[in-house]
Amino acid sequence: MTIELLLAIGLGVLTAAGVWLLLRARVFDLIVGLTLLSYAVNVFIFLTGRVRIGSPPIVSDKLAPTLASYADPLPQALVLTAIVISFAMTALILVIALRAHAETGSDHVDGAEPSGATAAERDR
Amino acid sequence: MNWAHWIIVPVVLPLVSGAALLLIERSRPALAARLSLLATAAHLLVAIGLAAQAADGTVRAYLLGNWSAPFGIALALDRLSALLLVLTGVIALAAVAYAVAGDAKTRIDKLGPHFHALFQFQLMGLAGAFLTADLFNLFVFFEVLLIASYGLLLHAGGAARLRAAIHYVSFNLTGSALFLIAVSALYGITGTLNMADLAQRVAQLPPESASLARSAGLLLLVVFCVKAALLPLYFWLPTTYSAATAPVAALFAIMTKVGVYAVARMFTLAFGADGGVAADLAQPWLPIVGLGTIALAAVGALAARDMRGMIGYLVIASAGTLLMALGLGSRETVAAALFYLVNSTLVVAVLYLLADRIGAQRGEHGDLLAPGPFGSERSLLGAAYFVAAIAVCGLPPLAGFLGKSLLLAAARDTAYAAWVWAIVLASGLAIIISLVRAGSRIFWKPYEPPAPATAIATSSVQVMALGWLFAALLLNTAAAGPLARFTGAAAQQLFERRPYIDAVLGARPVPAALPIREILGGKPGKDKP
Amino acid sequence: MQAALLLPVLALLPFAGSMLVLSSPNAQRMRAVSLAAAVTVAATALVLAAAPAVFVGEVVRWRIDWLPQLGLAFGFRMDGLAWLFALLISGIGMLIVLYAAYYLDPGDPAARFFGFLLLFMGAMLGVVLADNLLLLVVFWELTSLSSFLLIGYWSHSADARQGARMALTITGAGGLALLGGVLLLGDIVGSFDLETVLASGDLIRAHPVYPVALALVLAGAFTKSAQFPFHFWLPHAMAAPTPVSAYLHSATMVKAGVFLLARMYPALGGTDLWFWTVAPVGLATLLVGAYIAIFQHDLKGLLAYSTISHLGLITLLFGIDTRLAVVAGVFHILNHATFKASLFMAAGIIDHEAGSRDMRKLNGLWKYMPITAVLGTVAAGAMAGVPLLNGFLSKEMFFTEAVGGHDNAVMNVLLPFGAVAAGIFSVAYSVRFIHDVFFNGEPVGLPRTPHEPPHFMRLPVEVLVVLCVLVGLFPALIIGPVLAVGAQAALFGGPYAPLPAYKLAIWHGFNVPLAMSMVATVGGVLLYFVLQRRVNLHRLVRLPGWIRSGGREAFHLFTEFKLGTARLVTDTLENGSLQRYLFLLVAVALLAGLSPYLAGGSGASAPAAAGTPLNFSVLAVWLVGIAAAMGTTMVYRQRLLALLLLGAVGLVVSLTFVYFSAPDLALTQLLVEMVTIILMMLALYWLPAESPREPGRARMLRDLLLSLGAGAGIAALSYALLTSSFDSISPYFLRTAVPEGGGANVVNVILVDYRGYDTMGEITVLGIAGVVIYALLAGFLPAHRPRPPSSEPRSQFLPLIARLLLPLAVLVSLHLFLRGHNAPGGGFIAGLVLALALILQYVANGRHWVEQRLRTDFRVWIGAGLLIAGAAGIGSWFLGAPFLTSSYAYWTLPVLGTVPLASAVVFDLGVYLTVVGATMIALVSIGRLTAAGEEAGP
Repeated sequence: MTIELLLAIGLGVLTAAGVWLLLRARVFDLIVGLTLLSYAVNVFIFLTGRVRIGSPPIVSDKLAPTLASYADPLPQALVLTAIVISFAMTALILVIALRAHAETGSDHVDGAEPSGATAAERDR
Repeated sequence: MNWAHWIIVPVVLPLVSGAALLLIERSRPALAARLSLLATAAHLLVAIGLAAQAADGTVRAYLLGNWSAPFGIALALDRLSALLLVLTGVIALAAVAYAVAGDAKTRIDKLGPHFHALFQFQLMGLAGAFLTADLFNLFVFFEVLLIASYGLLLHAGGAARLRAAIHYVSFNLTGSALFLIAVSALYGITGTLNMADLAQRVAQLPPESASLARSAGLLLLVVFCVKAALLPLYFWLPTTYSAATAPVAALFAIMTKVGVYAVARMFTLAFGADGGVAADLAQPWLPIVGLGTIALAAVGALAARDMRGMIGYLVIASAGTLLMALGLGSRETVAAALFYLVNSTLVVAVLYLLADRIGAQRGEHGDLLAPGPFGSERSLLGAAYFVAAIAVCGLPPLAGFLGKSLLLAAARDTAYAAWVWAIVLASGLAIIISLVRAGSRIFWKPYEPPAPATAIATSSVQVMALGWLFAALLLNTAAAGPLARFTGAAAQQLFERRPYIDAVLGARPVPAALPIREILGGKPGKDKP
Repeated sequence: MQAALLLPVLALLPFAGSMLVLSSPNAQRMRAVSLAAAVTVAATALVLAAAPAVFVGEVVRWRIDWLPQLGLAFGFRMDGLAWLFALLISGIGMLIVLYAAYYLDPGDPAARFFGFLLLFMGAMLGVVLADNLLLLVVFWELTSLSSFLLIGYWSHSADARQGARMALTITGAGGLALLGGVLLLGDIVGSFDLETVLASGDLIRAHPVYPVALALVLAGAFTKSAQFPFHFWLPHAMAAPTPVSAYLHSATMVKAGVFLLARMYPALGGTDLWFWTVAPVGLATLLVGAYIAIFQHDLKGLLAYSTISHLGLITLLFGIDTRLAVVAGVFHILNHATFKASLFMAAGIIDHEAGSRDMRKLNGLWKYMPITAVLGTVAAGAMAGVPLLNGFLSKEMFFTEAVGGHDNAVMNVLLPFGAVAAGIFSVAYSVRFIHDVFFNGEPVGLPRTPHEPPHFMRLPVEVLVVLCVLVGLFPALIIGPVLAVGAQAALFGGPYAPLPAYKLAIWHGFNVPLAMSMVATVGGVLLYFVLQRRVNLHRLVRLPGWIRSGGREAFHLFTEFKLGTARLVTDTLENGSLQRYLFLLVAVALLAGLSPYLAGGSGASAPAAAGTPLNFSVLAVWLVGIAAAMGTTMVYRQRLLALLLLGAVGLVVSLTFVYFSAPDLALTQLLVEMVTIILMMLALYWLPAESPREPGRARMLRDLLLSLGAGAGIAALSYALLTSSFDSISPYFLRTAVPEGGGANVVNVILVDYRGYDTMGEITVLGIAGVVIYALLAGFLPAHRPRPPSSEPRSQFLPLIARLLLPLAVLVSLHLFLRGHNAPGGGFIAGLVLALALILQYVANGRHWVEQRLRTDFRVWIGAGLLIAGAAGIGSWFLGAPFLTSSYAYWTLPVLGTVPLASAVVFDLGVYLTVVGATMIALVSIGRLTAAGEEAGP
């Protein structure tokens, strides 16, 4: 058992949990799922820089500026961007859910309690 | 136009004007509307200028932050990106004009806060996506245009829009997660994010990493197809677009084309014929699924219950046609697809605006495909609808027909010729039938009813907005030859990847920038805390 | 070469006229009429002007390019055939306009009528003059579209709407088939240029796809010319105003089909396949049409079916595929046009003046309108093929061809008898037209007493009938040359080869054809009177035999079925369930990711890098993480609990970042984590605390499987990546961060410099989110009472602590902001810290306390932040450098020590402001709700 394997498995579990919640019928559960999924994705991006312990990419004169002495900084920068964006999106969909619940009286993802109301919506 | 920085203007201009609009939109609404119009018009002019530049066939790269590719982010302007920029500008101008048309009660931009700021940000996102030569940056600008589109979709509020938004947003968020996985996987394989560099490195990948690269590439394809609305990923589209206000829906006409653009770019540059172990990745998925999309979209159009719903399926049909043509993967089919793209995008925008006018004329009947009272503009709107319908179902003499014919002729030499011809022609008939049904139900009076009390007249500005788009359609028809030359050249540019790669990777930083560092610079790096 | 220039003028004149007419108000009837008349007269004049050139055997051409990439040229070409048709179209068009001027009611919108009419005329002229097959298709479809408008002109009548839609559907479908066929031909020949195509008949006929191309082209021709079994749209098109019927169904619309046969004959004709497709279809149509015609009660109905039958006759002639047959075909096209147009107009007059078209009511009109009666009788005679009238001549030629020996036994029997039978029927219905309308007793229950029409309304009929007679008497003199050039063009695609010998004369001596026509005439008369006396046609409600009103029901059934299935399919696919859509998305992604491996591609390569040995802390942390993640799926219905577990997962993630050398990420993740959880809790306050139990074990299982698949996929993908080696561009950043980026914290330098453009996009996203959230919640207060607020008492210390904390937090945030370039920190992190400090005040001191002290609109922060960021980028333009190029210097400040003052810092300031603004909007606007709720609550 290596760290790589453990992380891969952990990532898999996070993803599976995220997807499963993503497929639930209530917006809030879906948002929880999306958040889990984004955690998984962030770790995934991060790991594309491979596993490095105790060598943050803050350069000093003492070490040669190579990937041998520092962790890969690029994926870290990407993750930062991804975190911010997913944060913005989560906040937004939360508020949408809140409003939708207030307007439609339901927090079902289809904006109506499952009673064929969506068909009515289509027959609009 | 030989100022070096024009390429970035389509992104910076809307950013600045959007930010400025945030500041003034409440205090000086009148000024805000004017600024928004002005910025959009300027955006179009710049796009036209860039297209004129790109027409000479050279790919122009722009190194953001003066860092040479692949380390910094580079923009690249070629014919394809220029074409889409112009198309965006043309539609955007009509949309924003339509939004500010009418009096205080009927003005669409007044139905909620910050319409114009969001509109500008949407333009920024679109321009950024069309211009970037960096895959992760493409993701970032996808997010910009998406979140702006969420805001625009929700403009004017209401239960229907909120319902649609939940579907649209969560579907796209899932897509974005997928996008991140695909991009970072590609980085993990090739060690780069720059498209040109990526293309080179993918081509040189050793066979043992073939499957890895291929599956990452296919994930990317799925992401783009989410944007482009391909079977079975388009189900969200009709209700979403129907829920949006008319100018927003019209602008959304370009949204599916972003996905189409991305496919056209990445699956010729990196995963095309020269893709090494990941060559021709879109084969045979794209043509087959594209044909399926066309067929089902035609069925959907037949089944539609209201006009905007029907238009939604026309959007899907055109997306399917485009991706199918791209998937066929010959220079001719791609050229035909790009030609077809212009007309189909314009006409969808026209139809959404028309549907809005029709709804306004028919009171509570709205755009329902059922006979009902009609305001005083029956003949005018009827004529407009007739022309638009001809254009959208590919009947002569408008460009839709020319595009379809080019496509069929180009598909003749491909493996799928028979299928393409059968499905495209048959679905064309189905679409004609549904358009005729819709038109005769709405415009032909089975009886002489009183005009609805609530009929809202079309304002002169709205007429101008529609006229502008119609003019574009007619120009597209009359100047079919030159346009086809341009799209043909654009397709050629896509297939000869070398110039693009050399332009992006060969671009050198401006030396002028380095002295600046010394002027201001103390002794860099020496004295840190 | 003004003869050439005349072509585009001729072809475009009607369109120009149409636009003019349509733009004139419907009220100004005279304007519309005179414009239309002028156009048609001018067109006729132009055609005649071209005559000299055409008759000396010249082919007039004119062309410009339209879409060369497709081989589509905007070009026109006039040879004998085109000239002959152009003459019919413009000449009869002229008469129709005159006629319609009197026919239309004052109530009818005249401008629309004549506008559409000219539109249609232009399309027809285009079809016959087109020099390029694709252009021909263009005009072909235009005829379908404009005829749709004409047939549906009286859109208040359901029949008109139905008929128009039916016509467009059938002919439109044919048009698409034709397009396919033409594209194939172009692909075979390598050009759509008419002459090239006509010249390469052998090449085409030899080509493997010839059958397909032929089938497609014929589908176009047959639908347009209402050939069996597509004939049924034509009778329904009779809902159009009579002038329209007279025009469309005599000289133009339906003739487009047979024109196409004639036009394409040199390229496609002359094969067994041609013979065995065209001839039988023609024969069937000839018989079916003639038979049904006898039993119509509606005058126009009778004429409609007779038209079908005559079109069948022409088709059959082209099918018989001998040169003489082709000549006869062209001849009959001319004759049919003249007598059928006059008959339709006569019928219209009768309808107009007697108020009915029902032959059960119309009887003995001879007394009331003698002149019309004479005209009608003569024209009907021509239709029946009575000697001394033009119809007789072409019928004789047809009979001659019918008996003319064919190399096929079946046809040798079938043709003569079929011809005679058809002859009998056509005589029968012609006799009925005459006898049942003008004689046969007195009219029954007409709305008004019939009388002669105004003279000018009758004039067109007179002209045409005179033509019928003249041609009938002196064929060689009147029609000979015209027929010659026309037939030559039809046979050889131009005036090239000599025509076969034929003699246009009334008397060919006693021969088989003569006998046949005698049999036909006598038999027809007998048949009619027998039917009249024995069966009594008037009481006949529906057709004897198996032929119903002609496919209408079938069409209905088809459309209904189509709509039904379409609805079914669509509603089944798109049940509006997000859960299904997302399931599909994930499934498709999973398949896409797997497919290369399913396709038997090489699996994950053998681990290139040796794995890192596992240590306890990592294992422990991740066991917690895994447990927490699984936990959320178990307890998700208790939302608060789920949130806590989610928080735990987030914590594990940030620990991972710390441990694996990403301090910035850890910090950011932690802060974002906190803000997100706070947001969710605030939102939860307005949402149900629990999710209801979901129905359906099946879905649960299905979802479970998919999620496991997705998880496994990601695990495999990341493991494959983690264990494979790659060479990245990153060393460049490590090398150049300090000397060129001016910062030791490479991640931060990447964010604000190398990839500052990404960051700009990222804060734009954040800013937009803030704006949209504001837009959604501005002035919104939920109608329903929130769940009772958590009722633990607020501690008194918390406010105090919070207030003391605030300045400190501000300082920390500032410090983080400034040092970001060299150590973990930066605008984003600093912004979040400040936002958290502020939100703490909300929680601790309540909304009012904060809002009294903090009078700011955070949208301004966003706007300003984005502007600053943009400005920082634009600034570099003035230094001649690209957007976002950074430059820096170091400054030593008291307290904070040495800090970099890079222009990147200005950019970072923009980031800072935007982050604070957006985050605060999100938190405050939900927080405000909560506070309001508490105040509203118990």
